[in-house]
Amino acid sequence: MKILICLSNVPDTTTKAKFVNDNTAFDTTGVQWIINPWDELALTRALELKSDAASSIENITVITVGGQDAEPTMRKALAIGADDAVRIDAEPKDAYFVAAQIAEYIKSNPFDLIFSGIESADYNGSAAGGMLAEFLNIPSVSAGSSVNIENGQIKITRDIDGGTEDVTPELPVVAIVQKGIAKEPMIAAMRGIMMARKKPLNVVAPVEVEALTEIVNFEMPQPKPACKMIEPENVKELVNLLQNEAKVI
Amino acid sequence: MSVLVFTENWDGKFKKMSFELVSYASKIAEMLNIQTVALSIGDVQENELKKLGNYAADKIISVNHDKLQNLDNQAYTSVIAEIAEKEGAKVVIIAQNNMGKALAPRLSVKLKAGLGAGVSKLPSSVEPFTIFKKVYSGKAYSNLVIKSDIKILTLAQNSFEFEENDKSPAIENFEPALGDDLFKTSVSNVQKQTGKILLNDADVVVSGGRGMKSGDQWAPIEELAELLGAATACSRPVSDEGWRPHDEHTGQTGKIIAPNLYIAAGISGAIQHLAGISSSKCIVAINTDKDAPIFEAADYGIVGDVAKVLPDFIQAVKEIK
Repeated sequence: MKILICLSNVPDTTTKAKFVNDNTAFDTTGVQWIINPWDELALTRALELKSDAASSIENITVITVGGQDAEPTMRKALAIGADDAVRIDAEPKDAYFVAAQIAEYIKSNPFDLIFSGIESADYNGSAAGGMLAEFLNIPSVSAGSSVNIENGQIKITRDIDGGTEDVTPELPVVAIVQKGIAKEPMIAAMRGIMMARKKPLNVVAPVEVEALTEIVNFEMPQPKPACKMIEPENVKELVNLLQNEAKVI
Repeated sequence: MSVLVFTENWDGKFKKMSFELVSYASKIAEMLNIQTVALSIGDVQENELKKLGNYAADKIISVNHDKLQNLDNQAYTSVIAEIAEKEGAKVVIIAQNNMGKALAPRLSVKLKAGLGAGVSKLPSSVEPFTIFKKVYSGKAYSNLVIKSDIKILTLAQNSFEFEENDKSPAIENFEPALGDDLFKTSVSNVQKQTGKILLNDADVVVSGGRGMKSGDQWAPIEELAELLGAATACSRPVSDEGWRPHDEHTGQTGKIIAPNLYIAAGISGAIQHLAGISSSKCIVAINTDKDAPIFEAADYGIVGDVAKVLPDFIQAVKEIK
């Protein structure tokens, strides 16, 4: 079985958002780039599955659409344990563009299980995984909180309103995963970092695809009015304000 | 031509979210001067379907098919796309929830329609079609132009005030063309919690953080939630420690919620936590540290120990009920 993990290279989650050029571009000054947290959990789960010989996973590939500046993040994924990496050499214009690029690659390089994180920490679209599945005309299972392999079949537990259910898809499948599929992201060991330098990172030329959306500009959230402080001895007053001023209870 | 809105049902019933969606769709239809068509998939009775007319649907299409009992993303996408084409949909509106996030991206490719995910307001213009959405997990917003002929929007929960608008729409029962090649998943082991208020639906949420000291100190959170008809939630360290189940984790990598009232007890308010709760209409913070960042996001704050403040809070709520 071959696994592919779609990775996004995103600003560290503690980054404060700042913009330049009349608020048309994200200010990357001093930003630390990381593997999108959900993609990192997917990679962790894939490695856990591979470590079980019975699961017969031959290979784990990571893929991204991005410029050369995404390579340190891809090397990090290789250091954590992916076998090889693919970078499609294009600026990611929107989710449709990204999914179309990855779909083209998969058409000539098939995989059985494709992981995609439930959203990216930058554009919050929750979109690339489902789009990819539709481009390839294969099933997708969304909001996955556990992925297991039983007798050569993939079983994905997904969240539904107020509960969970298990889905067994035909392969290949796109598993769109969230928190729960792995406990803690795996960290690269020194040996992994050394080995990562020798692992293949293939750069692939993009295909021509038109983006369907375009960001005009960014805005910062409106500043909130100052917090109204209430003395700890006077919780009654808080309840009064919630009932009569905010009208929320 | 139409604006098509997909309204999910829960055991044959609609929720507030369904009415928000139809109301939102009808406002866009007004901007474009076209019809609003609501689509329901599943076993929903006629009197329930008619409710969608109260929120200005001009027409209701009901698809009730044995093969669609479980959510199969590919099959549902095919049904919605078939109806979008039949009704000449210019805009398709879906909820930004588990089902909507599963379907909207697929539909985007199927219809070659640009996706605006997680909108909370009406488009600022329809020519060019410009929407306003959260980016960087709520740390900023973007104005996004959708350039394709058809547009797909997912509406964030609890973000749009619905209006009653009496219409008596016709109900059309529709038989979709469902090929067997569409069904490539099977569902088993459905586990549903009953009688519990779901975190994503709750109008009020009571949430605990590390300041609660340990998992067996949760009784006041649960009691206050019970009194307020609220769901319970927690911060990431709490679920990482195993004090609470991970499905209660609220924050950037957990659940993103937007209740009317969010009560944060013993939560310092790390930037990742705020990303998950900042769309709440009213935030109350209780924390011993007066400099905790949660107070910057809160509307009302108490600097104090949750062990003392929560029992008083419970007492004060009991007095007004």
